[in-house]
Formats: sequence, structure tokens, C-alpha cells
Amino acid sequence: MRYIPKSPEERETMLRAVGCDSIDQLFESIPSALRLGRELRLDRGRSEPEILRYFEERAAENAGDFACFVGAGAYDHFRPSVVDAMISRSEFYTAYTPYQPEISQGTLQAIFEFQTLMCQLTGMDVANASLYDGSTALPEAVMMAVRANGRRRVLLARSIHPEYRQVLNTYLQHQNIALDEIPWGNSGQADHAELQARVGSDVSAVVLQSPNFFGVVEDVAAATKIAHAAGALLVVMITEPVSLGILHPPAEADIVAGEGQSLGVPLSFGGPYVGFVATREKYIRSMPGRLVGQTTDSRGERSFCLTLATREQHIRREKATSNICTNQALCALMVTVYLSVYGKKGFRELALQNVAKTQYAQKKFLKAGASLRFSGPHFNEFIVRGEGSRGLDAKLRQERIIGGLDLGRFYPELEGDRLFCFTETASREKIDKLVEVYAAHELTVHAAQQQRS
Amino acid sequence: MADHIKKARPHVNQNEDLIFERSSAGKCAYQLPPLDVPPADTGALGGFTRDEIPGFPEVSEMEIVRHFTRLSTWNYGVDTGAYLLGSCTMKYNPKINELVARLKGIANVHPYQPQEASQGCLKVLKLLSESLLEITGMDAITLQPAAGAHGEMTALLMVHAYLASQGNPRHKVLIPDSAHGTNAASAAMAGYKTLNLPSNSEGMVDLATLERLMDDDVAALMLTNPNTLGIFEERIAEIARIVHARGGLVYMDGANMNALVGVSRPGDFGVDVLHLNLHKTFSTPHGGGGPGAGPVAVRKQLEPFLPIPTLIEKPDGSLALDYDRPASIGRVRAFYGNFGVLVRALAYILANGAEGLRESTEEAVLNSVYVRKNLEDSYELPYKRPALHECVFSDKRQAQHGVHTGDIAKRLIDYGFHPYTVSFPLIVPGALMIEPTESESKQELDLLIDALRSIAREAEQEPETVLHAPHTTRIARVDEVQAARRPILRWKPEPRT
Amino acid sequence: MYPANFRYSKEHEWVNVDGNVATVGITEHAQKQLGDIVFIELPGLGAKLEAGKECGTVESVKAVSEIYSPVSGEVTEVNTALNETPEWINQDPHGKAWMFKVALSAPLWDELLSAEQYEAYLREEEGH
Repeated sequence: MRYIPKSPEERETMLRAVGCDSIDQLFESIPSALRLGRELRLDRGRSEPEILRYFEERAAENAGDFACFVGAGAYDHFRPSVVDAMISRSEFYTAYTPYQPEISQGTLQAIFEFQTLMCQLTGMDVANASLYDGSTALPEAVMMAVRANGRRRVLLARSIHPEYRQVLNTYLQHQNIALDEIPWGNSGQADHAELQARVGSDVSAVVLQSPNFFGVVEDVAAATKIAHAAGALLVVMITEPVSLGILHPPAEADIVAGEGQSLGVPLSFGGPYVGFVATREKYIRSMPGRLVGQTTDSRGERSFCLTLATREQHIRREKATSNICTNQALCALMVTVYLSVYGKKGFRELALQNVAKTQYAQKKFLKAGASLRFSGPHFNEFIVRGEGSRGLDAKLRQERIIGGLDLGRFYPELEGDRLFCFTETASREKIDKLVEVYAAHELTVHAAQQQRS
Repeated sequence: MADHIKKARPHVNQNEDLIFERSSAGKCAYQLPPLDVPPADTGALGGFTRDEIPGFPEVSEMEIVRHFTRLSTWNYGVDTGAYLLGSCTMKYNPKINELVARLKGIANVHPYQPQEASQGCLKVLKLLSESLLEITGMDAITLQPAAGAHGEMTALLMVHAYLASQGNPRHKVLIPDSAHGTNAASAAMAGYKTLNLPSNSEGMVDLATLERLMDDDVAALMLTNPNTLGIFEERIAEIARIVHARGGLVYMDGANMNALVGVSRPGDFGVDVLHLNLHKTFSTPHGGGGPGAGPVAVRKQLEPFLPIPTLIEKPDGSLALDYDRPASIGRVRAFYGNFGVLVRALAYILANGAEGLRESTEEAVLNSVYVRKNLEDSYELPYKRPALHECVFSDKRQAQHGVHTGDIAKRLIDYGFHPYTVSFPLIVPGALMIEPTESESKQELDLLIDALRSIAREAEQEPETVLHAPHTTRIARVDEVQAARRPILRWKPEPRT
Repeated sequence: MYPANFRYSKEHEWVNVDGNVATVGITEHAQKQLGDIVFIELPGLGAKLEAGKECGTVESVKAVSEIYSPVSGEVTEVNTALNETPEWINQDPHGKAWMFKVALSAPLWDELLSAEQYEAYLREEEGH
């Protein structure tokens, strides 16, 4: 096997050195009845060209090079070439968690930069070194709020990513934390009158997503006032952090958590992505996940190390703030490189291009006779009302377009409505084509309905 | 540098400030294509806008490349040299894995693409699932958990759901004192109290104690096999019988699966549910702490409780994701798992085939046994039973000279190696936990053995050299106490007040 | 090493009683076991403590230890300076690193040890 660095002779020498006649002898501590005694029923080992061909064939069965107008928690942004070039340095990607700071300063400094960037983006004081993804960052943030103030009821906007809410339900099923939903209003923002009515002194946290699942920007400051008046924390989830290039950061909130995939991490059919949680200084010790801190070495040089580890599972075991061990460090590095590339000016320009493409698409849809579901401010996603879009996907695929998520799968009340996303990668030509196909499809659906009635 | 250090040499490059400190106004590393639509109307954003982000970096592309390249050279990876961390399985990460994970049509597939347009991805999931089931001897699997600890939580939620369906979810989980810390934390998240199961004098599960503690309120035994001493629990069949007799389940932490692949299957020795760490056994890179993947494989009776979605084959032969599973524990994450990691693991399995996988296991065990044999004279071996893929020494002899496992680890850095796992498992005071994996050559292992023997001599003859190590790294020993007492967790433009 | 006028718990706290007020801290042995202390969580003013129950934590870089109150009563004073300078616990555990004062609500616990008994207990623990 080409990954094994040993000649037959060396193997023999080593076997003799440990006093064994055969390899099998090494496994004598496994009772023979429990040994497999046959080869695994898997194929023979394949050469590189064969492996490459296998995956190229699989890739060809996916619609890989289509224009993608779906977001919904995973965003198609351009990834500058520098990102992959840097994360392909094998000193980064073949390293373990930086337990030995003297030979891990690269990873540690990069994570310190990541933590700083996430603070700058969100307006928070501290950010952790990453969590699995945005969906698992939600329960981590909720459990953190519960630890911080000891209350056990949480109000959750229904406009938070539906899969995130499902994950939250799974995590909390045995934790004695009650969940309650806040509906959305006509603007698509969380209904603050409902929030006001439901919040109370038993509520640990109010959780919003902004921009929410429908692309609508929430009024975080106003929601925070309501939450704080009841002594509850405000938690803001972010699934599209490119929005923070132009949108006011949720600096009024107490905890900001979410998904960093937008910032240089490939779509990769849903993962690996990179979750994060950021908060105010006073909640540091309730935070889940690893933290990197600045310190000095014994010669007084600035250096970095993992710190405040007593919150974590390897020390506090069942009382830890989370069970997380492996995180998403390499994806966090992608984010760090990506944000360094765009920087202060570029990140804002990037966000503005997303807004411009989205506003253009909104106008095209309206002109084609479609109507938009919500009136609130949108970043790069919006919902087009639909009569039932069966058959649309196939027509779009003929034009090499993936477009519009039918919301019926998550919200029965929005059956037929489609959630579209337009990032900087959307070309005017493809947007025009999308709207043309959509309008034609809706017309035929209408005609068919009228015929029936 | 000391004469007895054979190969390692310090090397030169410039110091590198934080990216923020390299910044100056007007530098940039980006260019967006010209906008082909009218510019954004920020007035439509409801007044929720911000200015440029203060403190955000402004640097050129060349500086970014230098910055991260220099940082990378301060790291130590598997590609740099032997990475001895026990229970971490730091094996070689094949390069073809990286190539295929970045293919167009793999790396850029949106998770909500219609299933008809994602058949290639679903086929990858299917082949990997089938391969892992054959390797583990289990009946069903979910590939979704993002890491080992996430898999543990997923598995325990399934245990809870299954036992509840049998009438009583129970309240306790038994965890040996040699277990990973995640076990206890994961059990707590699944609503279980943990009960400590003390090991016997041989470092193994004590059957009498297990018999005594195993009652009708214990949901599961969480067992690592081989355990964190590298020792196979040879009475595993009896252990499973005891647990099953009281209606409990046997959970296996698969962190040490690299000792078993192709040789012995958990499904054949009584395990009901286990997680695998694809970033350990199946060669996907650790990335400086992640991402990983922690699939959970189960026996038939637990299958209805797998997280949604599961993979199914439709009558027309196409693949689909099934969300309609009323007994499921629910969703454990958005989308379907760390797909990019799963691709790499499958590439590794394809490259090895049945024979290569077995051979890798054999070589991993041979390497560990060889290291153990050659170091027995220099270091205390607290548990003498034959071990498989890793070996655990203690610093008992060196501690007499004031030198502890953490110091030996730092000194090993000077010799050009990434240290072993320090002070774990907890049942060995002053533990040195070494897992060489199959990826080390005889030359590299001989060099390692020389180094550890040399450090044992230094501990006796010149303990100060060991106590102040490392001496050859870019920075000296890091003050972790200061970091924790006065936490500085981010850069700020002005001095902190 | 261990002041004769203090009493000691098997969880390694010390108590110094003056009239109805008990001053509590952790022992030299405890600080040594933990190593460099980086963080401390103490009971709040007015907290009602019960002998033998958890009332705070002490943390070093790689260990956490609970503080068990050796006495019952109400907390009347807390040494908040320790929040800023936890290193005092390493430097002077029986002196300026006292942790809190308690107005006793019950007679002292029988199980508390004298200095001599505590030192014998430590020797015995080490023997294991």
C-alpha cells in the first residue's frame, strides 16, 4: 500500500525486534472468536487515476456549474484564489488542535485574528474559535443564555432557519428548556407586539435571525429593548455574514451566533462550514468552544495559546459548557484569509453588489407581474409569491439555473412561495433568464388553473 | 544545540505581526467585476446600515500570502514529522483526497439543489455508508454528525429514544475512568447522569464492579475499545452480556478504531451503537482542530431513531433523502453532514481497499508495539498487558528528578517531534500517551526512540535542560497562566484600558 | 505551616473562628495541588451556606476545584480583591487570600480537623 512507508525487510526486522513471528501475533489480545478471519468485503485498492475518475463521474451527476439562485443558509459567493492557496499549506491543514503552543503559533495567531474579525463584524467584545456550523451554534447560544441567567424559557422567531430550529429542538429534548415561537408580521420582521406580549420574567432569551430566513433585516435594537426590559438576553443568529458589510451590526444584542460559510467556505453540499459565537465580555466564562488568548513566552515575546480551558469538556467533563472538542479551525482560517482579501473597502463593496443584484432581481420580478411576500428591507434574499411551482425546477435546469427554494417544505402557509438569493456572482443575463422562465411558468400554471375553474 | 539532537534544526523567517498591524489605508487585495446592474439603493435598507468597519484590515495580496505562509511555518503538521498524539490518530492525509474534494461539481454543490441534480453527492454518501457498515459490522448508519463529540451526543439521544420506546429511557450512563472527557459532557447533553466505572489493576473494565453498578437505571455503558491504554477489552463479550442482561446498551467510542479496521468488527463483539472519527481512522486532515466527521453506526433496533434525513433508494434506482421518519431523534445539524470530509474519507477507503485497510491497521499496531518495546527500559510502563495501536508510559522515574510528562513533551519538540498526549488517560498519573500510527517509517521511529531515551538520560543528568525546553522553537515556553488570568482574546487598535 | 488556631476540612478548606464570625479559605496543600490559580468564583454577600455544600470554585489553567463551605451561616464579607489577584491564593493562602466571612448559624461541624489532625490526614492521603 503506497501510504505505508516500510519495506518488507524493515517489517521483518521490526517484527523480530518485538519478538513476533507473524503480524497475527500482534493481535493475540483480541480473542480469536472476535477476529474477522476474512478480508473485508470491499474492492481492491484503487490507483489515483481511478479515484479521480470515480469522483469526476460523481461530480458530473451533480449540477455543478449552474447559476445558483438559492441561499437559505448556504451562499454562493466567489472565493478568491488566495483562500485555497493559503489553507493548502499542509502545516495548517495537517496540524492538530494547537495544544503545544510553541509549535502551533501559526494556527493560534490565525485564530486570534479570526476572533478579532468576528468581533469587528458583529460588534461584540469576544468571539470563540469556531463551532461546527450555524445550526449547532443556535443551541450552543441558547444553552449559554440559560447558563448566564438561569431562566429556562426561550422565545424564538419563526423566521429563523427552519433546520436550525429543528436542530435546537433535538439538542434541547432532555434539557428542560421550554421553547416558544414569535410569528412574523407583514413586513417579514418578527412581530414586536407579539414579542412584547410573550416576553416575561421567566424568559431567558429572545432569539432572532437577521437577515432572517426570508432575507428580511430585523430591527435588532428595538427587539433588544423589549427583551432587556423583561431581563431577558437578546440572541441574534446570522446566516449570511456578508450582510454585515453594509448592515448595522447587532451590537445591542448579548450573544451573536451563526454561520460563517459565506466568508470563503465552499458550498460543498452543506459542509464543512463554520459556526461561531460572539458575546459581551461579562459572559466569557459561559461560552462554549475553544478560545485563543494573547500572552508572552518566557523571553517576553508576544505569543498565543488556548486559554480559559476550564470551561471545556476535557477538564470539566459533565459540567462543561459544551461537549465540543473538534471544531472547524480550517474553515475559520478560510474566513480569516477571505476577510483579509476583501478588507475594509472591499467587504462593503461586496455587500453593496449583493444588494444591487437583489434589488435588480426584485424589480424584474415585479415587472413580470410577480408579487413579493414581504415589505421589509431585504439584503440578498426575498420571497416571490407563487401559485404552486411544480415543474419549475425542471424548466430552470434546462437553462442551467438552480433557483428558488419552495418554502412549502418548511412552512405550509407559504406553500408555492419561492425564496430566491442573488449574490455578487449573479449575472444580469442569468437573472433576466430566470425571471423569464419563472414568469412563463407562472402563466401556464395560471392558465391551467383558470381552465379547471 | 545539544550534540545528541540528531536531525532537528531551527530555521529562519521574518517575524509576522497581526494582519491588522500590517494594514494601512488604501491598500487592497481585491477587485470585483464591474456591476452589470444599477447600483444599490441603500435607502431601501430601512436605515439599518453601517459605515466601513473600523479596524478591518487593508492589505495587499502579496502581504496576505506572506502573512499566512509565514504563520504556517510556525506550525507543525503531519507533513512535517511524526505527530505522536495518543487517541488522535495523526496519520498521513493523502493528497488525492484534497484534489477530489475540490473538484467542480463536488465543492460547489448547493445543499438545496434539487435531489435529481445532486445524485453524484448522494452516491458518494451511499458508497461511504456501505463501506463503513462493512468495516464496523453494524446495520445502519448516519453520516451527519460533525465530529466525535457530536456523534456521541447523537448516539446517546438515540439510546434515549430507543429505551423510551421500550418503556423507560433510564437515567444513568456508565463511563470508565479511562474515558475521553467528551463522553461525560455528551451524556450530560443527552440528559443522562454519569456514573464512574473504575478500571481494574490491569487498566480494564472490572467485571465484578460492572456487575454491581449495572442496574435497571443504567441506559448504556460508554466503552472505548481498545481503551485509552491501547488495550483491547478481551472480555468484551461478557461485558456486553452483563449490560444487555439488564436491558442496557453498549456504546463504543470509536476513537481507537485504527487498531481494529479489517481485523475485528464492533458489530461482531456486542456493540449496539458506535461513532467513528473520520478525521482519525479515515485520514481526513485535522485542519488545526477541525473540521472532522463523526458518523454513528447502529444495530437494527436503533435504526428507526437515526437523525433525519436518511438516505434511501427509490424504486427507479435513484437516491433520495427521507425526512419522513416519525421515530427519529430529529435533526442534529443543518443539511447532511460535513460532506467535504466524507468525500476525503471515501477517497481513502477507495485507495486502500480491503487489503490496504487491514495492512494499515497491522502497521499501526506494529509501530506502537515497537516503540513500546524499545522504551520500556527508559520509562515506567504502568500497565503491562499487550496493547494495540498506542502505548502509555508514566513519568514516574523522571519525576524523581523533578521532570514531568509536560517537560518531556516540550523537550521532545527540540528533537523535531510533535509530542505525545500529555497527562491522559487520567488513570495514569503523569501519562505519556504515544500513538505512532502506520504512517511512520522505521527510520523515523528509531529517531523517536533515540530522542526519548536521550531525554530520559537528560532528566537524570541535566534536568534543567528538560525543564526549560523547548530551546529550538521560534518562541520559548508560553505563559499560559498569564493568558488565563488576564484574558486578551482579540486585537484592539488602542492599548487596553 | 498550618496555623494551630485554624480548623480544617477534608476538602482542604480552613476556618478561623472569631466569636460568631468564621473566616474561610483554602489550604496550602490545596493551592499546591491546583498550581497557578487563575480564576475564582466566591459566594455572594448574604448567601446562606450550609456546611459540606458547594459554594464556589477555584480554577488553575488545567483544573477546576469546587469550594465546599466548612461552616453553616450567612456570608457577611467577601474578599473581592481575589477576583483581580487570584495569585494571592498561591502566595498566601492562609493570610491575605482569605475568601469569605460567615456569621455562624450553627455550631462548628464535628468533622473539622485540628492542624495536627489535618497534617496527619495529608500524610495519609499521600501514602495512597
